[in-house]
Amino acid sequence: MHALIREIEQAYMPDEKKIPEFKAGDTVKVHVKVKEGNKERVQIFEGLVIAIKGSGTGKTFTVRKVSYGVGMERTFPYACPSIEKVEVSKRGKVRRAKLYYIRERKGKAAKIKEIKEWELKKKEKEREAQKNS
Amino acid sequence: MPKGIIGKKIGMTRVFKDGKAVPVTVIQVEPNYVVTVRTEEKDGYSAVQLGTGARKEKRTPKPLLAIFNKAGVKPLKYLREFPLKEGENLEPGQEIKVEDVFEKGDLVDVTGKSKGKGFTSTMKRWDFSGFPKSHGSRYHRAVGSIGACSDPGRVFKGQRMAGHYGNVTTTVTGLEVVDIIPEKNVILVKGSVPGATNSVVTLKESVIVNRRKGKRKLEKSKAIYA
Repeated sequence: MHALIREIEQAYMPDEKKIPEFKAGDTVKVHVKVKEGNKERVQIFEGLVIAIKGSGTGKTFTVRKVSYGVGMERTFPYACPSIEKVEVSKRGKVRRAKLYYIRERKGKAAKIKEIKEWELKKKEKEREAQKNS
Repeated sequence: MPKGIIGKKIGMTRVFKDGKAVPVTVIQVEPNYVVTVRTEEKDGYSAVQLGTGARKEKRTPKPLLAIFNKAGVKPLKYLREFPLKEGENLEPGQEIKVEDVFEKGDLVDVTGKSKGKGFTSTMKRWDFSGFPKSHGSRYHRAVGSIGACSDPGRVFKGQRMAGHYGNVTTTVTGLEVVDIIPEKNVILVKGSVPGATNSVVTLKESVIVNRRKGKRKLEKSKAIYA
């Protein structure tokens, strides 16, 4: 892709504050603006991030949740103006970037091991220590 | 100001406008220069010839070089002629940029040379529907009947058949100008544009603005993008 296109896309990207950094395996709360007639309200879609795809303004993430026994997936563009904000509620420990295998699993088998924030920090420190030595 | 300008197709991306994703083509418009001015008295019509893209003096034919020298511009690679907007006058050598010619929300026609597809059969070239892929069919993508029997006893002129496809000058009409970025010499046009990336395209004021539907489209696009 041309470097010029990247530069142009930059102007249309969302602020970093609105969407924090997250990976596949994390559980997120997406605050979506919904229009009803001429009223606007915010709806929360909470679920597991199973894929992050694309780049630039075409970058999207897919959130999966199971409600009343029915799996539900929504794909959001990062740059979508109807996303008010994204909160990360849990960090998950996964070994791949796309978690499509979750679709075939149910109940406990569909569970992803959680990493606590302090564990993440500890790992980061260890990595830095290794770099320095 | 002229009614058009010369640019270079860079590629496509998507952009969010008015809460919606809009597919856009990025067209880079480096400054254009007025090379010659056609006048009513001398040529019978009024227009300007614009040029863009640097070219080596050594590689420029002598007669063309004389024209550039007369206008006081460096040798240019691409030359195109555009009609002038009414009651305006331009001087040779004048620099013209995108933001002078177009505004956000304008409708433009984009002309370029389409990608060459080589020798192509009727399904791709003329959108024929082809034949069954399975159920014992052994005739898939080939041309079908090209006419009747001994009456008329010949194939009619203009019968659509396989042949060379693409690599011709094509125009798409009525594309909306989504955004203009003057500091990067870039214009964003909604939808796709003929030609490969890095090929030369010309943007012109659209012919459909004089039509009923075109007027409606112009109003709408002005409301969204301007």
